[in-house]
Amino acid sequence: MIVRKESIPPGPSGEAPSETFVLNLGPQHPAAHGVLRVLMTMDGEWITKAEPVIGYIHRMHEKMGENRTWAQFLPNTSRIDYLSAMHYTHAFVGAVERAAKIEVPPRAEYVRVITSELNRIASHMVWWGAMLADLGGLTPFLYAFDDRELILDLLEGICGARLTYCYYRFGGLCNDIDDDFVQGTRAFVKHMPPRLKMYRDLVTDNIILRKRLTGIGPISAEMCRKYGATGPVIRGSGVAYDVRKIEPYSVYPQFDFKIPTYPECDSMARYLVRMDEMEQSLRIIEQALDQLPAGPVMGKVPRVLKLPPGDYCYAVEAARGRFMVRIVSDGKDTPYRVKLRTPSFSNLSLYEEASKGMILPDALAMMGSLDLVIPDIDR
Amino acid sequence: MRFLSLEPIRILLYLVGICAFVGANAAYLVLAERKIAGRIQRRPGPNEAGYGGWLQPVADGIKLLVKQVMVPPGTDGLLYRLAPLMVMAPPLICLAVVPFGEDLVARNINVGLLLVFSLGSVNVMALMLGGWASRNKYSVISAARVVSQNVAYEIPMLLVVITMLLATGTLNLNEIIRQQAGWFWHWNILRGIWTLTNPLIPVTFVIFFICMLAETNRAPFDMAEAESELVAGAFTEYGGMGFGVFFMAEYANIVVGCSLATVLFFGGWQSPIGILSGPIWGPLWFLGKMYALIFVVIWIRWTFPRTQFYGLLNLSWKILIPLSLFTLLLSGALITLTKLL
Repeated sequence: MIVRKESIPPGPSGEAPSETFVLNLGPQHPAAHGVLRVLMTMDGEWITKAEPVIGYIHRMHEKMGENRTWAQFLPNTSRIDYLSAMHYTHAFVGAVERAAKIEVPPRAEYVRVITSELNRIASHMVWWGAMLADLGGLTPFLYAFDDRELILDLLEGICGARLTYCYYRFGGLCNDIDDDFVQGTRAFVKHMPPRLKMYRDLVTDNIILRKRLTGIGPISAEMCRKYGATGPVIRGSGVAYDVRKIEPYSVYPQFDFKIPTYPECDSMARYLVRMDEMEQSLRIIEQALDQLPAGPVMGKVPRVLKLPPGDYCYAVEAARGRFMVRIVSDGKDTPYRVKLRTPSFSNLSLYEEASKGMILPDALAMMGSLDLVIPDIDR
Repeated sequence: MRFLSLEPIRILLYLVGICAFVGANAAYLVLAERKIAGRIQRRPGPNEAGYGGWLQPVADGIKLLVKQVMVPPGTDGLLYRLAPLMVMAPPLICLAVVPFGEDLVARNINVGLLLVFSLGSVNVMALMLGGWASRNKYSVISAARVVSQNVAYEIPMLLVVITMLLATGTLNLNEIIRQQAGWFWHWNILRGIWTLTNPLIPVTFVIFFICMLAETNRAPFDMAEAESELVAGAFTEYGGMGFGVFFMAEYANIVVGCSLATVLFFGGWQSPIGILSGPIWGPLWFLGKMYALIFVVIWIRWTFPRTQFYGLLNLSWKILIPLSLFTLLLSGALITLTKLL
């Protein structure tokens, strides 16, 4: 059934015949994290072609946007990429605010930044646990969820939801934060660095992990540009592309933080980018808490929201990369078109080219380093 | 009146005893593994069935036993059914020659070590046949991996055993243990250092231990199962007790491997402190050492990620085989030298 190319004597035409088989990986597979299906044409354990088949969890979010009001679409944004719900809501809210020229009070913007960065850490913790589980180390998953739990508790305290927050509203936030949240977040910012150091010592510096990731799954900056890959994927290719710096939004310019980049282009680079990003997020949260202004958290918003006709965009740096909402308004109370530019979709599209010639375990390690969220791909 | 002698009854009792020992170990090592994994992962582990989860293996056993043993269409029925038997039988036979105490051994034969290693290789064939007969692509990949992995690790393992043979001069497991009488520094793992017969003996033990992990397909070398890559590898198509037997055999193989390490390196039933030996204490020391090693095996599984397949083969061919060859040559040279002087 499986025959290596080299082991077969050349045929009469001189070229080695090859026998390949198709491995249907998914939609239910332990490494697929959901319902991603990859049709892998394999030559032994080598992948000659890996074709992602998507759409198993397509929920028509864009179409749903067209037949409900601006505010009614808001909860949908938390459900596109359920792991970075805050960022997605931020993008949609930001696009509408930009279109309707709604002033957002500074306190609301600061809280948005704090909660977004907390959400980014929670999302990276899930990625970290899941990626290590992909590599066969199941224990980090439990530790990652332990830390994530603290963030979920904090966010639950201010908006009542643990996963699909829908905390931001046009013009501000649905609730102000209380002292418990501020103190809890400060405690979390203190709690996290020793944990990250422990993860670095115990997991990142583990020789098996290093061997599994270093030099595996190279994705060049050129390939990232070709497929539009963003986020930690392009930063792992040495390009300091981060929407928070390139197209600053909200109050991000107020804060001092770095964009971690690694020029190695391999899975390890993408891994290290995310690990460093968590530290930077902690720095942003700390600064935002120090500078947190008092005041209202809701601006003036008209009762019936009708956007002036036009075409508006708002991009944010979600946990997986650039998430952009493009809304087209024809002056009615419902959008004419909502286009969601999701990072996982672009990050997945380079998989076919990047995984060519890899062996199965490496290809799955690389898939883990892309940090795919399947509902984000299919939306 | 030879047929009236006690020997057949003794053998029968040992047979029953070994089956019970392996069964109980397989069942309760699964529980131990889940409990230890729970502790490592900051959770309690199974604790609902019975007091502290003690009935969990019984519940698991009943669940597996009442499931239908299904042979999926398209499989090679004979090989598919044969594979679980082939994987379970060798560790049972191997335990017949393992001395749990000075007199507590089913058959004290002179080629015990040879028997263990020749039977140990059958395990590979069983996994390969099971994977092949399943007609599942994941299983076939797993079968191919198992073969190359075991071929690679059999070599350093046997080189290590030859090194030990040079030191002990016998294949009889009970005799090997008898030579390690005295205090813990008389055990093979330390004796080689101060008698200068093999100062690299701890390295030899590490090689043996790594090879044992690889031979029993335990993490971080669980290429055969590799659940995040190959779903369940060779066992993907097995359900019910077919899977249960594979699962039990994994633990039975660990028991054999760890008891062998105990015999070869840690003095078997010998007491580490010179006193407290005898027919009662001997087996207790043996089991204590064996379970300590099994704990390490479980500990490793829950703290390391899986190695990549080619990294695994490279480790064997590029590091372990040269290293074990070197220790073998060194040990041989030193023994010859001490004899000459």
